Amino acid sequence: MSADANRVGAGFKPAPTHWQPATVERVVTETYRARTFTLRLDEPRSFLAGQHYDVRLTAPDGYQAQRSYSIASAPSSPAGTVDLTVELIPDGEVSPYFHEVVQPGDVLEVRGPIGGPFTWTAEMGGPLLLVAGGSGIVPIRSILADRESVAPELPALLIYSARSPQDIIYRPCLDNLDQHNPNVSVRYSLTRQQPPGWVGYSRRIDPAMLQECLDELATLNGVVATPLCYVCGPTGFVETAADALLAVGVPEPAIKTERFGPTS
Amino acid sequence: MVTRGFFGRRRETPPRPIPPGQYLERGFPVLTAGPTQRVPLDQWTFTLVGVDGEPLGEWNWEQFRSLPETEIFTDIHCVTKWSKLDTTWKGVTIDDLLAAAGVSDVPPYLMAFSYGGYTTNLPTWDVIEGRGMVAFEFDGQPIAPEHGGPARLVVPHLYFWKSAKWLRGIRFMPQDQPGFWEQYGYHMYGDPWKEQRYWGD
Repeated sequence: MSADANRVGAGFKPAPTHWQPATVERVVTETYRARTFTLRLDEPRSFLAGQHYDVRLTAPDGYQAQRSYSIASAPSSPAGTVDLTVELIPDGEVSPYFHEVVQPGDVLEVRGPIGGPFTWTAEMGGPLLLVAGGSGIVPIRSILADRESVAPELPALLIYSARSPQDIIYRPCLDNLDQHNPNVSVRYSLTRQQPPGWVGYSRRIDPAMLQECLDELATLNGVVATPLCYVCGPTGFVETAADALLAVGVPEPAIKTERFGPTS
Repeated sequence: MVTRGFFGRRRETPPRPIPPGQYLERGFPVLTAGPTQRVPLDQWTFTLVGVDGEPLGEWNWEQFRSLPETEIFTDIHCVTKWSKLDTTWKGVTIDDLLAAAGVSDVPPYLMAFSYGGYTTNLPTWDVIEGRGMVAFEFDGQPIAPEHGGPARLVVPHLYFWKSAKWLRGIRFMPQDQPGFWEQYGYHMYGDPWKEQRYWGD
């Protein structure tokens, strides 16, 4: 929690939310264990990059299960729709339902948008250092897409840690950004398996890696400036990455984190 | 609304009811909006602050640990949907802190505040008469930094965001005011049995 964590960002106006039906419009297979579901809301709501939706499933006997999923799309995406990317947890309860059962035309109960500290708006500026581990890329993709539409000049660097090339979610979109927008750089680290000739990182995130990212971001930015950092991923990843950012001198108020998953 | 094709894969039946919308978690997930705070014990203090900002009591670690200890055995419920059963916390009850400070008449609301700037609001009733403590041990071990050590608030009958990590003090208030998550749309009170997760619940 940052020193000024208690200050709610300018322009942030949370509004009460309630459960509403949403129709699945499209299902996209991103990787062998990540799928994106485009939902059309009965009652459109605007949202900020980085927010999430709650999903509630109800069995015939009344039993319910709820989970939270980050929004993958940009606030400027077609009105009344949100993309949620769901990673398959094999022994899970809700993610297998998404992967094995949900198809276009299905109606799900959702509630949102929810969440505030891990959001980005144009007025917050940058430069942006985005640090993603595994499916922690989901809300960061929303931030990148929002930045592309509202502040395409703003320098941003994404460092994305995944186990193998097959685990990289949104790779075509990310590579496209890296190649076509001179203000954006995308760096991958593949921690368990690298393809032949891999020139990216192949280790867990550490201070040296983040220092190189900061240096490259300063080059993109033209001058050295404290970046706004968004770190999202499994708990252990976020702990390591946030500590590493502090170790290379990023001030605590500039680091926003979102953790998921059990610690043991 | 019944969801097509969903029957639930209850991994295990809870041995006793858990609040609506929650699932059982064996691990102990970590949720924090920033880096983990690491507060050295020799720099740690805990302060009770009155409604006009006046200090009512202040303890360093050694003084705090000389106060009466209480152990509680309880279930905890996080607004992000997990519940964890059978947790043991050791700490100093708010009652014992108030007694040590000689405070008998308490204002109706409080703001818990933490190292790193986190805050959360509570009615005072919810932390007195054994309902809340400043805990320093979890399941027999010092509380790890990522779980809020050296000391965190534990108010197990409310969603766990009310149990502030890295607790630095409690400030009493004549009226209720929103803390950190409460300003971002989380419920002012947060009763898991009434599923008071967000504004409007």
